[in-house]
Amino acid sequence: MAEKTISEVPLGKWVPAVALAWIIPGAGHLLLKHPARGGLVAASVASMFLLGLMMRGALFSPQTGDLLTTVIYCGGFLCNGLSGILYFLTVWLGYSQPDMAGHVHDYGTKFLVGAGLLNVLGMVDVYEIATGQKD
Amino acid sequence: MPKVNLSHFEATLLFALLTSVVLGVVTKRTDRERIRYAVYCFAWFVAAVFGLSWLMYLGHG
Repeated sequence: MAEKTISEVPLGKWVPAVALAWIIPGAGHLLLKHPARGGLVAASVASMFLLGLMMRGALFSPQTGDLLTTVIYCGGFLCNGLSGILYFLTVWLGYSQPDMAGHVHDYGTKFLVGAGLLNVLGMVDVYEIATGQKD
Repeated sequence: MPKVNLSHFEATLLFALLTSVVLGVVTKRTDRERIRYAVYCFAWFVAAVFGLSWLMYLGHG
């Protein structure tokens, strides 16, 4: 019997889990009954994001201009937003900080972007679990 | 919000640790493989930190 292709997997089976994984890092795994993996993803993403904030890293806002500026600012904004609720709470509660010179602040900015990228890895994992490509 | 001041080395080690954990969690299929892969990634991150640091030190003259 032929295996089910990914396109045959109904959207309702993976979209809620992936959306939840975006909004609350690690929650997609919890929904799919993988609490240990969800906990590790949540702890890693939250730790990286909070360390970024405590290092006074800056959150990006979209800005266009030359190619490099567009890639850095729009890409940075996208990656920040991929942290889900952590990003939204930071902006809503006014913890967003201006860009400052200094290596600690610079690391902080990279940590904030890195947290979003780690959450993407978690979302891809949730997608693979939900579509049956992985246990 | 408390402020933390980390050195380059501390910041890169923390970044390596957290990234290695997630890479281990999402890429392998058994817990044993996940732990091994996370340790493997962390070791390579640390090796890259030392390698690139020496490269910059020697290249700087």
